[in-house]
Amino acid sequence: MSRLGPDFLPRAIATIALYPEPRSAMLPILHLVQEQNGFLTEEGMAHVAELLGLSQAEVYGTATFYDMFFTHPVGNYLVSVCTNIACLLNGGYELLEHAEQSLGVKAGGTTPDGQFTVEEVECIGLCGNAPCLTVNWRFFGDVTNEGFDSLVGDLTAGRLAETVPPHGTLCRVRRTVGLEAAAAVESTSVPELESGERS
Amino acid sequence: MATTVAPIVTAHIGTPDSHTLRGYLASGGYEALRKAVTTMTREEVQTEVDTANLLGRGGAGFPAGRKWSMLRKADPTYLVVNGDESEPATFKDHMLLEEDPHQIIEGTIITAYAIGAAQAFIYVRGEFALGIERMTQALNEAYGHGAAGNRIFGSDFSLDVVIHPGAGAYICGDETALLESLEGKRGFPRIKPPYFPAVMGLYGAPTIVNNVETMSNIPWIVVNGGAAFAALGEPQATGTRLFAVSGHVKKPGNYEVELAKNTFRDLIYDPRFGAGIRNGAELKAFIPGGASSFWFGPDRLDMALDETKVKGEGGSMMGSGSIIAMDSSTCMVRAAWRLVRFFSRESCGQCTPCREGSSWLDKIMYRIEAGDGRPDDLDLLMDVCDNISPGVQWPSRWPPNMTTICPLGPSIPPPIVSALGMFRDEFLTHIKDGACPYG
Repeated sequence: MSRLGPDFLPRAIATIALYPEPRSAMLPILHLVQEQNGFLTEEGMAHVAELLGLSQAEVYGTATFYDMFFTHPVGNYLVSVCTNIACLLNGGYELLEHAEQSLGVKAGGTTPDGQFTVEEVECIGLCGNAPCLTVNWRFFGDVTNEGFDSLVGDLTAGRLAETVPPHGTLCRVRRTVGLEAAAAVESTSVPELESGERS
Repeated sequence: MATTVAPIVTAHIGTPDSHTLRGYLASGGYEALRKAVTTMTREEVQTEVDTANLLGRGGAGFPAGRKWSMLRKADPTYLVVNGDESEPATFKDHMLLEEDPHQIIEGTIITAYAIGAAQAFIYVRGEFALGIERMTQALNEAYGHGAAGNRIFGSDFSLDVVIHPGAGAYICGDETALLESLEGKRGFPRIKPPYFPAVMGLYGAPTIVNNVETMSNIPWIVVNGGAAFAALGEPQATGTRLFAVSGHVKKPGNYEVELAKNTFRDLIYDPRFGAGIRNGAELKAFIPGGASSFWFGPDRLDMALDETKVKGEGGSMMGSGSIIAMDSSTCMVRAAWRLVRFFSRESCGQCTPCREGSSWLDKIMYRIEAGDGRPDDLDLLMDVCDNISPGVQWPSRWPPNMTTICPLGPSIPPPIVSALGMFRDEFLTHIKDGACPYG
């Protein structure tokens, strides 16, 4: 299921309709591809190109500019440890080292069981609670080594399912309204896209 | 001695359910928007913001009212709100997005009314997942409350707002890179001229780009008047500002203080704010305005939080409003290296001085820190910095010269030039001993 399926395609089409130009929906729709597939599959990106009326190269070229998009599989839990200045001053590198040792994988790598990917990231903006990290982009601050181990335990046992959604899920809240006001800037390409893709 | 004034942008933070419509309405939420669209003309709203002399809170510090007045007359025009906060150690917009999304939305819609925008986009940094969820929920609630969409509060003003997620790229905080990203492209800053999105912005249409904290000030200004805002601080630095204090302080956090009347010492040492350096250590140096600013020593602690003074007398900037305190145990080579590596990673790659310069500076700094530095490395560092930002020197001057399309280029030298200027002996020790003295 690499192309956007029935759960995601209507969301993608509704998203395109929010913008004066379809291409503006690029990043939000790529997030949907990643939410569905765990990473940006070739077929998924080709589908985005179709939806936006672009070449696959334009989609790939754009996607690879952004750090949050992966063009290869990653673990079920993406653990992103910050080592930038505020974390550096508060043990960020030591935390990263502990994470690598504890999970048995170097930054950039994934555990053999496909559960955890560890990455070193630039400042994620929780500097008042340094050192900090995110798991699937959900924040955890003031993380000690012991705290990290119990976090991994909680994730593995499924105790954090409400806080930490599956990797790739950016936003669990759905926009409930379309464009009400700006009839003049409604996208004209939506009906054409719907005809070929309705499932 | 720090002054005490009622907070403006953080007034609702810490109140129950501050991120929900119910919580926001309980503290007078959306009354400013109702007042603006039902009792004021667009010009009257603009006049209040002009009178407030609200300087943009994103980092460049351009007066918001003047920015609005530069909008080229055309149809359509757009409003884009910059919530792509990524400057290292800056975490104030992150808090506002999560804890008070309605205030941002209200400020955005009032601003769109004042400038006559056809549509508004709020670009939120991709990594702020909870912020994106709360903004989306708040926007749904705003539409339901009649505060967004068709005929807002029964007036003849209608506006659609879109919450737009980023996907991880520091450079998109630059307003022209942000517009490229919002158009679905790589976040490459645009070549100037045209200098201002107000002339040519989103899809080539006149566009105002304002920061999240700037928007968060607008409702208060509409309710209380621009003169009340301008009465805070000093004429050239009005109102309050949210500062992110981090590093080796006892109480890191976001603190809203009156501008000009307070100092860096207040933010770092006042018990209500940073509360001093932890573990009884001494302050060695602090970064006054994010990774891109030149560093200050303890001798600058009593400088007022006033951008004109920080730039003029200090030769640095308050920039993104983030203050990073470093104590006596800090290896300044390591601290400067880490910041330079950040810029190297985040350079978009368009301009050679930035792309190549940041990468070489990262490598040279790393080998010094690792104990493999060479005696002529210090001159080499300054030479590379000078190629990125000609004339860069210590003591520093503001603004730095540019050889690149956007300010990321001249943001690279400050950590190195500051560390070299203030702590040259530490570099020499690394090289002489072939090791980092801090282990």
